[in-house]
Order: sequence, then structure tokens, then C-alpha cells
Amino acid sequence: MTPLDPADLQAVWLTLKLASVSTLVLLLVATPLAWWLAHSGKWYKGLVAAAVALPLVIPPTVLGFYLLLLMGPHGVVGELTTALNFGRLPFTFSGLVIGSVLFSMPFAVQPIQNAFEAIGKRPLEVAATLRASAWDRFASVALPLARPGFVTAIILAFAHTVGEFGVVLMLGGNIDGETRVLSVAIYNHVEAMEYAAAHVLAGGMVLFSFLVLLGLYLAGGKFSKVTK
Amino acid sequence: MRISLRGYVAAVVMLFGLMCSSVQAGEVRVAVASNFVAPMERIAVLFQQESGHTLKISLGSSGSFYTQIKGGAPFDVFLSADDAIPKRLVQEKLALESSRFVYALGKLVLWSAQPDLVDAKGAVLNKGNFNKLAIANPLLAPYGMAAKETLEKLVMWNAMQGKLVKGENITQTYQFVATENAELGFIALSQITKDGKVTEGSWWLVPSQMYKPIKQSAVQLSGAKDKAAVQAFLDFLKSEKAVAIIRAFGYELP
Repeated sequence: MTPLDPADLQAVWLTLKLASVSTLVLLLVATPLAWWLAHSGKWYKGLVAAAVALPLVIPPTVLGFYLLLLMGPHGVVGELTTALNFGRLPFTFSGLVIGSVLFSMPFAVQPIQNAFEAIGKRPLEVAATLRASAWDRFASVALPLARPGFVTAIILAFAHTVGEFGVVLMLGGNIDGETRVLSVAIYNHVEAMEYAAAHVLAGGMVLFSFLVLLGLYLAGGKFSKVTK
Repeated sequence: MRISLRGYVAAVVMLFGLMCSSVQAGEVRVAVASNFVAPMERIAVLFQQESGHTLKISLGSSGSFYTQIKGGAPFDVFLSADDAIPKRLVQEKLALESSRFVYALGKLVLWSAQPDLVDAKGAVLNKGNFNKLAIANPLLAPYGMAAKETLEKLVMWNAMQGKLVKGENITQTYQFVATENAELGFIALSQITKDGKVTEGSWWLVPSQMYKPIKQSAVQLSGAKDKAAVQAFLDFLKSEKAVAIIRAFGYELP
């Protein structure tokens, strides 16, 4: 007999869903941002890079608390979403996605930015002399060459969201199937002194994370050989 | 720059020395359930003035403290939000039965930050003109269990499921309501009481027959270092001065 109840399984499923959606959104946001950071010569580039790296420094519960204030009825974001008829974001899955995206941003932007920078200007200039359009240069030259960076970004962003706790704790409200993710479920079990269930969930999480990281290093080795 | 092996070893030894600084005499380390933080700070000031001992206060949820004490956390006294966890610590020989007593009876209140949302009889729950009702997680927090018992007594527990958001502890539940992300919520009266009065928002003081008494119990831990200072603190916690402070923050006493 396992000590897990259906709510735990729902938490596992919800965590995977949150990590997948967040990673997808992160790729869409981080790719242009990383491209700009890798190529822009603007004076405020440093400011943007520093802002992107900030979630590494801010304690997650603090980030979560300020998001709760911002998204609340008296916060700027909360007033905006209410005015646009979206309702309010705290205690919803969408709210968690936004929190996760902000929280994992550096883990997605930095590997992609490094990969773009490593390519250098030369391949893109060569492609330009062959009359490749700007979009073509990006899609057919830069993206394939930056693939190892994307692999790293995807795996780090996904794994980081799976392990996220503080932001979700502050924004979530512990609703089954909506905001009660795995890390919160484990914390609940520990707090309720249900150590058996906590051990099973935490053990599964450690195993899963290990496999993801193992995949990262194996894939990283393979891809770097290809690009050489 | 070259670092000699001897220099490296000396640095490591020094770091260890810094990490293992010993506890001073006359110091009482108290783990306090977060709902009791406000009165505890007042009591601490008075106690330190009168006794000359130092109090070191750690705040957290009772469940976390239980886990930490089991793991050997260096606390002398534990002020829990319930009586189940101190009893359990006594059973596991981590706390002294002779020292266990109820230092406060918690009062549950339905509160909103909006001035006229909650009426003095709690009829707002029937009206249902709100989106989110915050409670502490009933499995973790005594105030959450009291909120659940209250809603069950009102035969509204099932009907409210779609509107419930749960805080991990009573502090987080308060934050949900104070930031108005939840329009109202069941919290501890002590959280909105200052000098014996509630000044903000609107509230319903839940009648005490609606939920089982929240017996917040104190206990001395088996590993307590300075026994005399610990005894002085426990005595002070039962003194008239401390009791007056505890009452002023909205608690009752048995």
C-alpha cells in the first residue's frame, strides 16, 4: 500500500503541467530576449541583463509576496487584469505560470544568450552575403548552431519549475488540481507529520531531477560533439 | 597569489570556530507559533527588563518546529499553537510533561480588510458576495481546523469548497486577506488586535461553541540548557503581567 492519496497524484500531474507550460512560455520570451542581449550595443543592455538575473538573488517567498501584492486588487497588474476582464491572477494556474516564468527567467535566458554569443558574427555575415534574409539567418543559421544552449535552457527551466516552492507557496492558496504542486504537497506532508508520504514524493522528485540532469549532461556532450 | 597549506588549514579551523560559537548563560531560546508573535514581543521586553535574562525568539509554524525539535533544534521552550504537538513531544521524551500548560486560548475571527463586508453575525457567508474565502490549512494549523469546524457547523463546508484558498499557516492566511486577494478569511483574533481593539476592516468574532478550544500550550524541551532561566521565563509567562498582555491581544485564558 502506498501512503499517497489521489490528491498527491494530482499534484504530480499539475507540477508536470506547470513545468511544461512555463518552459514553453519561457522559450518564447527568452529567445528574443537572449538574441537582443547577445547582439545589442545599447547602453541599457547591462540594466536588462541585471534585471533578468535578479530572480537568482531574490528569495522566492519574497518574490512571491510582491507578486501577490502586484496581482492583488490594489496592485498595478491586478487592476490591469481586472480592467481587461481576466479576473485576478493569484490562486490560479495562470498566476503560477507567470510567477514561474519570472522566477526561472535567468535559467532560460543565460544558456541561450551564451550560445548565441559563442556563434559570433561571422556565420551570420557569411549567410548575409549569400542573401539570406534576417529571419532566415536567425532560423537557419543561429537557431541550429545554438541548439546546445536551447537544450540546456529547456532542461534547466523545466527542472527549476518542478523544484519551485516559495513563489508557488505565496501565490497558490493550495487548491487541489489548480495550484497545489508537488513541492507544496511534500511540505504539507512534512508539516502534518506524514513522513511516509513525504518520503515517497520527495524520493520520486529526487530521482526525477537526477534523471533530468543526467539527460542534460549526456545530451550536452552529444550536441557539443555535433557542433564541433 | 599562493596560499600555503598551513594557511588553508588555519582558515578552515577558524571558520569552524565561528560556526560553533557557544550559547551564553542566562539565555532562553523560545520557539513561538507565529500567531503569538505580537504578545510574545511585548512579553519578551518585560521579561528581559525584570529578570536580566536574554530571550531569543524564533518564529514559525508548530508543525515545522516539531520536525526541527525532533531533528535536535536547540530550543529551550516551545510555545505551540495547539496542545497536540507538545503532548506528542512529551510522549517522545523530547519535552517535560511537568512543564506543559495552556498559555492562551485562541479565538477565531472571520475578517475582511474591507470596512463593511463582514457583519457582526457572519451572515456574509450566506450571502456569498465574495470570490475567495481564505482559511489556514486544516491539516496543518489549529486555526484552520477551527475554521473547518465552524463551516461544518454552519453546514457550509461543502458549499464553500470552490471559494476556499488555504494558507500554509495562519500568517499566510492573514496575508491573503490583508492584501485583499481573498475578500475575507478565518484568522486569529490576535492578528488584528492591537491594545485590546480591532481597528481595521470588518469582522465576526466566531462564537467559541462553534469550534473545539484552541489550547495553545507551552512546554519545556528536554534539552534545555539554562534550567533556572527557563523556569524564570515559564513562571513569568503565567504571571499577571504576562496574562494581561496575552488578554490584550485577543486571547482568553483557561
